[in-house]
Amino acid sequence: MEIELALTIGLLYGGGLYMMLQRNIIKLILGVSLLGHGTNLLIFTAAGLTRSWPPIIAKTATAANENLADPLPQALILTAIVIGFALTAFILVLFQRAYTVLGTSDTDDMRATDR
Amino acid sequence: MKHLIVILPIVIPMVTAALCLLTWKWKNVQKVFALLGSAIILITALNILYRVRSHGILVEQMGTWASPYGITLVADLFSSIMLVSSGIVGVIIVVYSFGCMGRRRESCGHYPLMMVLLMGVNGSFLTGDLFNLYVWFEVMLMASFVLLAHGGEKLQLEGCIKYIVINLLSSVFFLTGLGILYATVGTLNMADIASKLSTLDEAGFTTVIAMLFFVAFGIKAGVFPLFSWLPASYHTPPVATSALFAGLLTKVGVYALIRMFTLIFTADNSFIMPFLLVIAGFTMITGVLGAVSRNDIRKILAFHIVSQIGYMIMGLALLTPLAIAGTIFFIVHNIVVKTNLFLVAGIVNRLKGTYELKWLGDIYKTYPLLGVLFLIPALSIAGVPPLSGFFGKLFILMASLKIGTTSSYIMAAIMLVVSVLTFYSMTKIWTKAFWKKAPAEADIDQVVTFEKNMTGVVYMVIPTVCLAALAIVMGVGSNYFFELTWETANQLLDKSQYIHNVLGHASSNVAVTF
Repeated sequence: MEIELALTIGLLYGGGLYMMLQRNIIKLILGVSLLGHGTNLLIFTAAGLTRSWPPIIAKTATAANENLADPLPQALILTAIVIGFALTAFILVLFQRAYTVLGTSDTDDMRATDR
Repeated sequence: MKHLIVILPIVIPMVTAALCLLTWKWKNVQKVFALLGSAIILITALNILYRVRSHGILVEQMGTWASPYGITLVADLFSSIMLVSSGIVGVIIVVYSFGCMGRRRESCGHYPLMMVLLMGVNGSFLTGDLFNLYVWFEVMLMASFVLLAHGGEKLQLEGCIKYIVINLLSSVFFLTGLGILYATVGTLNMADIASKLSTLDEAGFTTVIAMLFFVAFGIKAGVFPLFSWLPASYHTPPVATSALFAGLLTKVGVYALIRMFTLIFTADNSFIMPFLLVIAGFTMITGVLGAVSRNDIRKILAFHIVSQIGYMIMGLALLTPLAIAGTIFFIVHNIVVKTNLFLVAGIVNRLKGTYELKWLGDIYKTYPLLGVLFLIPALSIAGVPPLSGFFGKLFILMASLKIGTTSSYIMAAIMLVVSVLTFYSMTKIWTKAFWKKAPAEADIDQVVTFEKNMTGVVYMVIPTVCLAALAIVMGVGSNYFFELTWETANQLLDKSQYIHNVLGHASSNVAVTF
């Protein structure tokens, strides 16, 4: 399963970077989202894929079950998803505003601040 | 829970931001809250620095979950020095904002945003948990995105797009490194990672992870190939925001780099440190050359940020106690002086209505005291004794010569050349904006739409004078400050102290509370 997931992650990173290199700012947002998904999947995969018990210890148990899943990666991903969601929402509004004010969605036309 | 004071630098700005939001309609009440809040942050930060210096590293387990499982807040000397610096910048910028922000931005949430930004910055300095560091970075970035776009002018939106995109990319690198690091060592507590990585026998793999983190923090710090967003965005917002960003944000990236490469990735120094040294050299040179080529005060200053980051990375790459001590001295000096220069630029803009050197002139004749106010930070950043910049550079230079390898001699030479070029671009601002005869009024009117508005200038001058005084004090009293940074450097380089304090106290702490 790791191989398939690794390939998917690679695809998401590659696709995300490709989209970010496009000149249209909408594609840029899509690229950022793809990269975010790739990262979340990477954290999920890298932390280990096992079929195991939920990490809950019964009240009567004296010792933890040997085969417990690690709950932390899910917590990390959840946080990353929430942050990513907020950022995407903000970027969409900002880009919409920028499109109205600048009158273009082409990053090549946004060179006024570089000079 | 005996060191609960370490959460105050995070809680106070949060409460202040909430209070400011509750009083959204009364901007004067917001101003009072912001001023009080930032002043209390500064006092707390000074208190933390005092306690850390007298009692050693302060560690607090959030929610009393024992480290390495819970989130740990750690205040060592380095973090508390950074906290004090951010506290100073916070107060200064709040007062300066009274004079320069304008009613529209003030009543649309400038102060709460600033407080959230300070919360993110302080959180990044204090956290001892790598994922928590990511979260604080995001808090800080989110606030900085909004501050940068705040007002919605054409250039601001354009600069903000560039800033956002590159910073999101940096976050992706950060998270990727984090995921792989977690897979390798199975922990997120920085002290725990450090102790586990040192027993791990895969130097090559660790270096790969280290490079992911280098890219992530390097983008935020603005090092050589990754800095292009900085001069493209920092000059667009109102000058108070520019000064806040210039003073603090890139230094958070530098802080994270120093923390990473003194605490966590220390195993494979034979590759990382020479690599950092090369990067530092290029950062210094490209930054200063960019500055020399610009003709707008804020753009010159923005490029200088990049060049100064190079000095800090160089000090880190040399990795001797003297170099690290010099770097920390230099960071504090740079936070003070860089902010100060932006503030002076703001006053110039208020008086003349432009930042373009072409349209400026005669300032020294009409406002001689403003000339003095500009000269102090300008000479300090160029490294003229007895101001703070001289000593910061001197310590790093001494460290570099002391090592005595070919590469360190080359770096020392680069450093001196860059200092000369820095001096050149400062004199360029001086001669063109302060000495030169101003162009005729008729010409100016075509390009500058400007009404003379002197209200609130006093709020802009007071903080500028305070920072200039601080630059002089740091220079004259450099002995005292150097002692402090020397202690800090030794504490940073002796990472067992950090690890022991974070992991060792854990068990006793839990026992007391339950």
